[in-house]
Parts: sequence; C-alpha cells; structure tokens
Amino acid sequence: METIADFEIQHSQFLDPQGEPQDTLPAFAEDADSLRAMYASMLLARIFDTKAVNLQRTGKLGTYASCLGHEASHVGIGAAMRPEDCLAPSYREYGAMLWRGVQMHEILLYWGGDERGSDFAGPRHDFPFCVPIATQCLHAAGAAMAYQLRGEPRCAVSINGDGGTSEGAFYEALNMAGAKKLPVVFMVINNKWAISVPLELQTASRTLAQKAVAAGIPGIQVDGNDVIAVRHWVERALERARRGEGPTLIETLTYRLSDHTTADDASRYRPREEVETARKLEPLIRLRRYMETRGLWNDEREQACRAEAIEAVDRAVERYINTPRAPVTAMFDYLFANLPPGLVAQRERAVRRAGGGAH
Amino acid sequence: MATVTLIEAVTMALAHEMARDERVIVLGEDVGVNGGVFRATAGLQQRFGAERVQDTPLAEAMIAGVSVGMAAQGMRPVAEIQFEGFVFPAVDQIVNHAARLRTRTRGRLQCPMVLRVPYGGGIHAPEHHSDSPEAMFAHMPGIRVVIPSSPARAYGLLLAAIRDPDPVIFFEPKRIYRLQKQEVPDTGEALPLDVCYTLREGDDVTVVTWGAMTYETLKAADQLAGEGVSCEVIDVATLSPLDAETLIESVEKTGRLVIVHEAPQSFGGGAEIAAVVAEHALYSLRTPIRRVAGYDTIMPLFRLESEYMPGVARVIEGIRETLED
Repeated sequence: METIADFEIQHSQFLDPQGEPQDTLPAFAEDADSLRAMYASMLLARIFDTKAVNLQRTGKLGTYASCLGHEASHVGIGAAMRPEDCLAPSYREYGAMLWRGVQMHEILLYWGGDERGSDFAGPRHDFPFCVPIATQCLHAAGAAMAYQLRGEPRCAVSINGDGGTSEGAFYEALNMAGAKKLPVVFMVINNKWAISVPLELQTASRTLAQKAVAAGIPGIQVDGNDVIAVRHWVERALERARRGEGPTLIETLTYRLSDHTTADDASRYRPREEVETARKLEPLIRLRRYMETRGLWNDEREQACRAEAIEAVDRAVERYINTPRAPVTAMFDYLFANLPPGLVAQRERAVRRAGGGAH
Repeated sequence: MATVTLIEAVTMALAHEMARDERVIVLGEDVGVNGGVFRATAGLQQRFGAERVQDTPLAEAMIAGVSVGMAAQGMRPVAEIQFEGFVFPAVDQIVNHAARLRTRTRGRLQCPMVLRVPYGGGIHAPEHHSDSPEAMFAHMPGIRVVIPSSPARAYGLLLAAIRDPDPVIFFEPKRIYRLQKQEVPDTGEALPLDVCYTLREGDDVTVVTWGAMTYETLKAADQLAGEGVSCEVIDVATLSPLDAETLIESVEKTGRLVIVHEAPQSFGGGAEIAAVVAEHALYSLRTPIRRVAGYDTIMPLFRLESEYMPGVARVIEGIRETLED
C-alpha cells in the first residue's frame, strides 16, 4: 500500500492577542494610515453594531444579527478586495460591506424591514445579504464565471460561517470553482457556533480549511481576530485568482461574542466562561496595542475616532428613522421588469386598500 | 426554410441567440461534447467553443446557483437540467434567489436566466424521469413558467425567454420532442410570452391545455368535430403569469370549459384556471368546469404510464361529459 494523497493545513497569525508580532508583517502593515484605517473601520463596525442592537431592543429595528467579535475578519476581507471585485456576503458582514461603500442607514433599512436597504450605494454589482445559508457561494462562483468568460481581471468573494460548511451549496461551489479554475475566494468565518450548534457537532473535521482538499483547491486557516492576517491572506488569494490560478478557501478563526441574532439567547446553550475567555482574544485590542506600542495610536486619536464614529452612526440612525415606508406599489414594481396584466389588477387593488395614492 | 422537430427548434433557437448575443452561455450536465442527453445542444460546443457551452459538474443546485450569479453580473445563462426529476435540488436557488433578486434589490440586480427542463411522461423512461411539476413553479412569484407545444412555439418562446430580463423555467415536453416536424424559419423572431395561443377556434367548448397534451387535445377536437362538436383549443404556453383574459373571453363565447393536463389534478394548473374563470365568467358557464388530468398518485413506472396520462379517449370523455351536463 502507498499513500497517493496527503494534505496539510497551515495556520497563520501575525499579531497575537497582546498585539505582539509573531511573524514578519506584510508590506501594507508598514503603512500607518492603512493600519489606522482598518482600526477605525473595526471600531465603526462595533459602534454601529452596539447601536443597532439597542435600536432593536427599543423597538426601532427588526431582528438584527450582531457582528460583535467578527470585525477583523470582515474588515480584513473588505480591505483586501478591489471595488470592481464582487462580494457575496451572508448577513452580518457589516465591516466588509461598510468598507466597500454600503451605507449604515442602508443596513438599518434592511433589518428595519425595507428592501431599499439592499439597493445600496456600495458597489452596485455586489450581492445583497443572503439568508439561505451558503447559497451565496454559488452566486460568487457564477459571478467569477462571468468575469472569467469576459476576460475581466475581477474576482468574487463569498462569506459564510462554520455552519454553512455543512451545506451542499458550499461543497458544490468549491468543487465547481476548482474544476473551472474560477477567480473566486471562499471565506468561512468560523465563529464556533451555528446558532446553538457548536463546531464539534457540525463536523468531525479538524479544520474547516481542509474542506478545500476534496475540491482540489488550496485551503488555509488564519486567525480571524487578526485583521493583518485576514487581509494578507485574502489579498494573496485574490492575486492568485486574478492570475488565473483558481479559487482558494480561507477559514478565519474567531468567536461570536453576541447572541446569534437579537431573537436568540445564547446563555441557554453556551457557558459564560467560554464567552469571557473568547472576549480576551477579540480583534480591536490587539491592533490598538500594536499601534500604541509603535506610537501610531494614542488616547487622543482613540477619542477622536470614537467620536467621529458615534456621530456617523447617529446620522445614519436619523436617516433610517426618517425614511418613510415605501409605497404599497413597491411590492409589485420590482417583481418583473414589466408587470403582467394579472398583477396590474392586484396592484390597483392594493393601492385602493392602502388608501389611494400610488406614491 | 428548415423543417424541424421541437427539439431541433430548441437547438436552432439556442444557436441563433448565441450567435446574436455573446452574453448567452449554455451550461449543464453533458451539454457540451455530448450535445445533451436529448441532443438539444448538439453541435453548439463545436460551433461556439467550450467556454460558451460548458459541461458542468453533476450538481443541479450549483447549475441554478451559478446561473443566478452569472445573470446578476450581466450574462444570459441558459442552463439545462437533464430531467424534471432532478430539478428539485435547484428549487432553493430558483425560489430563494432567481425569483426574487430583482425584488430584493429594488431592481439593482436582475436575473435574466433560463432553466430548460425536459418534463413529462410517455417515453418509457426510468424512475424520476416522467413527472410534471410545472404547477409547483407557477405558484412561486417572480418566475415565468413557459411550456412550448410545437416546434414553432419552442423556437419563438425560447428566444423570448432568453431575451427576457427575468428568470424563466422553460419546461420542454419531452414526449413530443420528435413527434412532429414543422417548417420553422430561423428568423430570430421571438413569440410573445405571457399570452395564450388559440390553436383552434370553436363555439361549443373551450379546451385549455399545454405542453404534450396539446396533441391529444387537438386529436380529440378533430374527432369530436366529426360528431358536430366545435372545440376551441387553447395552448396556455406561459402558465405563469397566466393570460386570464384570453381564457375568460373564450369561455364567455363557448360557455363551457375543460382543462387538460398531464400533471396530478389537485392543486394543478387546472385548478387555477378553473378558479380564474369562475371568478370572472361564472355566469357565462352553461355547465360545470371539468378537469382532465393525471391522477393524484405518484407517476407510475412506464408499464402503467399510459394509464396515468390522459389520452385522447379521456379528453373526449371529459369534453362529452361537459357537453352533456
């Protein structure tokens, strides 16, 4: 007998939880502005997130999925991508979406029950939030196929969680992208919990990165609380994809510090100690410490950055709250490019019932 | 002028549109070198290359999902699902994404894709190769369900489906793929979607059908004509959204309605058509509406399939009963 296939999975971390470099940092980390921009984005995502949870608690927002603890994974992806690349997110990757140009009031509109939130200002070709788990992996593969066919130097990036790796769509996307050498990067944000199901009940796999092996594509695991590691490996994967060398799977190890959504109570199924341990590894502290040690950040900058974020979030909330409900006709007007006659009649009835004016 | 079968008309439409519009991409299982298990894509890969006619891995959810992704990014994918029995893994992508991408993004993203699905019984096929699930899809808002019943309509409706800016499930009645040849000029002229086609005018009874059952229905109408019964035969062609107006006008003229379909009777396309006519033309009806349909059973394996599918005799029986009521 002989071994005819074998694999190994690398784990990469640049900054440890105390902000100490564990490896030679990539070139972009030498640019102080670049580090500060990523930190500011992570801080903004966190302040936005806290505000959104509060809005839900006070009845001003629908069910909301918090991104607490995922900021480095999300911002790292956003920072690595080009505007012309295409993002196919799931539903809590605000850090990536905001970096790309989606507006905070648009995210609030979405969770506030208004489709206009997905008609966002960000890259107009990006996919909207995706609730059916891992189905967006196929959209990213399809987008990549479109770019490959047209010979455009663009890539697609999908993001799903650890639970999503159990879905057929995830495997089908990886397999197909491998077979066609598509310019796509599959991100798995492993936050250890799929609502109440812990990773060890999700899979017997030692890592989620190794799911790439069966598809014949590279897979790597990175510290998802280390924004430098996430950005670096996503950049590498995108460069590889742009060179025509095909897809990559990247698993980012992080932790969902919040409930699954505001409709969930995680204290029912996971020990407080586990969450407290994970909190010590969270992503903002380490980058801040790293920058402070090198004189790139200080309390003054922190206060200014925080104040700016709070103001921006408040403006977004105000804009969201002051956005009137869409007219009843909105249900009909985006169903097809041209509304069929049967629906024209239903539309008229809906307008009458809603009390007159279409707009 | 080309004299072609229904499936040759499908190939002709695909080739025409691929030559006209470089955004059109054909993908699916065995559609490339093999030209499709039914030969619908025969010769296309040789003519347009392996990039535009892509053999995919064997995964229907993937075929549909990748088509959604391509369509959203400006392509016009025409995907083949080999048999209707294998379309179900793709339903997630069709219902949750293709059908609602425009709605969800307020038109920012569109989904101009066609999913070609050979369907129906009568070809002595193995298990899971003979069902008629069109009503399932017709119930889902945001997608068109289009079913041709002749070579000319296969050509014209498929062109229209590919050019349409919204997703279309194009169910191809495999039983009549090679049943009849018809002269179909390759003019690139599409036929309108969302309208019924009146195949035969008549005064005594409106008989509404689609797909392969148009053949049995027209035969039944022929036979009954010999007995002095005048049937108006309407091919629905686009099951959803339904062209209710044509159906209602016809029933207002004839006063009688029979709906013929191969799919199970309950909650089928016939139920919706009966309801629409009852809502709008009840007082024109001189007799109760009747459905001639498959039984509400699992489609049997092929030794019994001719007992399952409504043949000419069952159609005639249904029409006679309606006239005698």
